[in-house]
Amino acid sequence: MDHKKIMEFEEKCIQEHPPACNATCPVHVDVRSMLAEIKAGRFTEAFHIYRKSVPLPGIISHICDQPCRSACKRGGAGDAIAIAALEKACVQQMSIPLPKTTPSPRKPERVVIVGGGLRGLTAAHDLAKKGYSVTLFEAGSTLGESLSKNFAAVLPSQVIAEDLAIFDQLGVAIQLNTTVDKDISLAALSQDYDAVFLSTLPSEQQDQLTIDPITLSTEQKGVFAAGSPDKERAASPIGAVAEGRRAAISIDRYLQGVSLTAARENEGSFKTRLFTSIIGVEPLPVVPLGHNRSFYGQEEAMQEAARCIQCQCLECVKVCQYLTHFKGYPKKYIRQINHNLKMIKGRHEANTLINSCSLCGLCQEVCPEGLHLGELCGLARQEMVTKGKMPPSAHDFPIRDMEFSNGEQCVLTRHQPGHTVSNYLFFPGCQLSASAPNHVERAYAYVTEQLSGGVGLMLRCCGAPAEWSGRTEVFDGELQQIKAQWEEMGRPRLILACSTCGQMFKKHLPEMKTISLWELYDQYGLPEVAGAERPARVAVHDACTSRQEEDLQERVRKILRELGCQIDELPTSRDKTECCGYGGLMQFANHGLADDVMKRRINQSPADYVAYCAICRDNFAGKGKRTYHLLDLIYGEANPVAPARRGPGYSQRRENRVRLKNKLLKELWGEKTVLAENSFATIKLWIAEDVQEVMEHRLILVEDIQKVIEHAERTGKKLFNHESGHYLAYYQPVSVTYWVEYQPENEGFRIYNTYSHRMEIPHGDE
Amino acid sequence: MSQGKGQGAEKVIECMKCGIVMELGNVEVTYLNSKFPIQLPKCPQCGLVYIPEELATGKMLEVEKALEDK
Ligand SMILES: [Zn+2]
Repeated sequence: MDHKKIMEFEEKCIQEHPPACNATCPVHVDVRSMLAEIKAGRFTEAFHIYRKSVPLPGIISHICDQPCRSACKRGGAGDAIAIAALEKACVQQMSIPLPKTTPSPRKPERVVIVGGGLRGLTAAHDLAKKGYSVTLFEAGSTLGESLSKNFAAVLPSQVIAEDLAIFDQLGVAIQLNTTVDKDISLAALSQDYDAVFLSTLPSEQQDQLTIDPITLSTEQKGVFAAGSPDKERAASPIGAVAEGRRAAISIDRYLQGVSLTAARENEGSFKTRLFTSIIGVEPLPVVPLGHNRSFYGQEEAMQEAARCIQCQCLECVKVCQYLTHFKGYPKKYIRQINHNLKMIKGRHEANTLINSCSLCGLCQEVCPEGLHLGELCGLARQEMVTKGKMPPSAHDFPIRDMEFSNGEQCVLTRHQPGHTVSNYLFFPGCQLSASAPNHVERAYAYVTEQLSGGVGLMLRCCGAPAEWSGRTEVFDGELQQIKAQWEEMGRPRLILACSTCGQMFKKHLPEMKTISLWELYDQYGLPEVAGAERPARVAVHDACTSRQEEDLQERVRKILRELGCQIDELPTSRDKTECCGYGGLMQFANHGLADDVMKRRINQSPADYVAYCAICRDNFAGKGKRTYHLLDLIYGEANPVAPARRGPGYSQRRENRVRLKNKLLKELWGEKTVLAENSFATIKLWIAEDVQEVMEHRLILVEDIQKVIEHAERTGKKLFNHESGHYLAYYQPVSVTYWVEYQPENEGFRIYNTYSHRMEIPHGDE
Repeated sequence: MSQGKGQGAEKVIECMKCGIVMELGNVEVTYLNSKFPIQLPKCPQCGLVYIPEELATGKMLEVEKALEDK
C-alpha cells in the first residue's frame, strides 16, 4: 500500500498525542506519568520524570505558575488537579539524594550567558549539560540573588542553594558583580565568545536589537536575547524557564551549524489534538493541603494524584470489542498492518488483526478525527489477496457458501407470473432465504399484491462475502452478473430486505435504484394477522450495514410502534450500532472474537431484541438471546415466552435456499424442476445434536460427510477401529480433507464424529 | 509434528480394504508447498493412513496456521 495512504490513516489516530497538561506546560512536564507514580507512592520515580523537563526542580516546584492546571480535564468533573502542589510534594518526598549531574563530553565552543534569572540559569544549565564551556554573568553579588528577591515569600534560601549547586557539578563559570555595558561591552563579548545569550535585555540594548520570537536570535550574529515585550510570558516563571530553554536550543543549533527554525512548533505551550471524554467520570473536589501547611503530605499527595483521570482518547476502543481484543489502539494497529503488508519473509503476525475486523465503521462514527480502521483492513485484505498472501483458511467457507448461493441450484431471476415486464425486482438476499425461506415467500406475495407493473424476483447473493474477503475480482464478477440480469429485466427498482445488499449496491452499483422492504410495509400498511403473537417491549438492534440509513432505521421503529411494541433503545444504536459478529466475515476469521462480540451485544438489554437482518437474528438467538426478525413480528410469529429459536445450521441453510427456489418455481411459475442430485446426496445420515454442534463449529456440512461415506463405501477405502467398533474414512473433495467416524444404521449411517484438516495426505483423494 | 495421543492407535485400527492392522509408517504431508515427514498409523499394503482427531485439530492445525502466515 502507498506509504502516503498509510500515513493518512496513522495521522488521524490521536491516542499518542500528549495530554492537555503536558502540551500546555511550556517545558512539557509529563504530568500524566508523574501523577501515576505519585498515586502509587513512588515519589522518587515521579521526581525523575519532573526533573527530566525542569532544570531546577526545587526552585521551580516552589514558584511554578502552573498553566497546566487550567488545561486539566479533571476540571470538567470537579476541580483541576493541584499539579504544582504535587510537584512540590515530589521534591519533598524524594527518598534518595539526587545523583550528580555530569555533562556530555566537552565541546570546544564557549558560550556566555548574561543574567542569573530563570532564563539565564536554564540556558546555562542546558548548554553546560550539552558539554559547552559556559560562563554566566550575574549582576548581583551572589548567584540567585534575583530569585530570592523576586520570590522571597515562597522560596526558602536553602532550596535555592541546593538547586544552584548543580552549576558547580556542570562546571559553569560564574562571574559575579558583572553587568553588560557597565563592566563589559556586548562587542567585546561577541569577540571573546562563540555565542552570547542576553537573558535580560539592558534598556540601552532594547532599541538596538530585534529579537526573533521563535529562535530568540538577533541581527547580530551569535547574539541571542530574551526579555521579549510579551509581558504575560515574562510574568510566568515557567514561561521564563521555557525561554531560557528556547535560547539554549537555538545556541546549540547555531554552534552546530544546523537550521535554527526547523521543527520548533511544539516548543513552548501548544494545543494538543488528544481528545479525552469525561463522560462518566465521577466529579471529585481537590484534596486540601494539610493543616497549617502549605504543602501535601505523602498520603494527601497520593490521594490528589489518584484523581488524575490519566487522559487518553480510546473513544473507538471503548465501543468496539475487536479493537479491545488486540489490546492496543488504531495507531498501533496501523503500524502493525503496515509492517505486515511490507514484510516479505517471516511470520505475518497481523493477518488475524486484519481479518478480524467487521469493517462496520463504528470507529469512524465515534472518532473525533473520523478514522475508519475498517477501511484500512479492507484495503489490506485486497492487497493480501492480490499478492497471494491471504491465508486460505480465513474466508474459504463463506466464499464457498456464496458460490453455492449463486450456483444453479439456488439462483432464480423471473418476471412476476403473468407479467412480461418488471417495474420492481424483489431481492431478498441469500441469508433471509437461508434463515427464513417462508418469510421470502410471504414478503414476495405482499409486494406483488401491493405494487403494480410487475414485481420480478431475484434469488442470489449480492457478493458481500467476496468484497469483505478482499477478493475484488470475484466481487466484480458477481456485481456484473447482477447488473446484466437487472438490465435484462428492464432496469426495475430493487426491493431489498437486507441492509448489506443495500450497502453493496449503493456503493458499487449506484445506477440501480433501490427501496427497502420496510419502506413498502410502512407505506402500504401492515398485513392483518389473526392470532398474532408479539412481545410488548423490544430493543432494536440496527444492522451495522444500515449505519448510514437514517430513514430505514426510522421506518423500522415506525413499523414496531404500529405493531404495538414499546421500543427500548440499546446504548449504541442507529449510526452508532454494533456488528453482530458476522460483518467483514469476522465469524470465520476469528470465531472466538465473534463470540465475544455477540455476548457483549446481547447483554446490553434484558428486553427481547428485534433485528432486520437474518444473520443478526440468528447469531443472537444462537447465543440464547430471544431475538426476532422484523418479519416475525409483522407476521405475528414472535412468541415472547418460548425460548430463543435457533436459526438453521450451515447445511440446512443451503438446503433452504435450494428448496425455496424449487418451491417458488413450482408454485408460482408452475415449472417442475428436475433436481440434478449428486450420487452422495441420497445417502441418509443419522446425526445426534452434539455431533451437529461439532459440525457447525468445524464448518463441516452434511454434504461433506456424505461425500466421504460415498467415497469410502464405493472404493472400500476405510478403516475400522476395533476399540470403538466404528468405521473411519477420509476424503478431500476440494481443499479440505474431511474425516468421518460412522456405522451403518437403518438404511443409512450413524455419524459419531467428524473433523478436518488442510494438510494434504499423499494420494488422499483417490 | 508429533502425533501425540494417536501413539499406539495403529494396533486397533484395521485397513478394511486390505484386511490388515495398521503399522506406524512414514508419511509426507504437504501444505502450501511445504512438506512434513510424519510418523502415522499406515496400511503397510495400500498406504491408507490414520490421522487422529487430536492431531488434526491440535498440532496439525497449528502448523497450518503458521504456514498460512508465512
Ligand atoms: Zn490397506
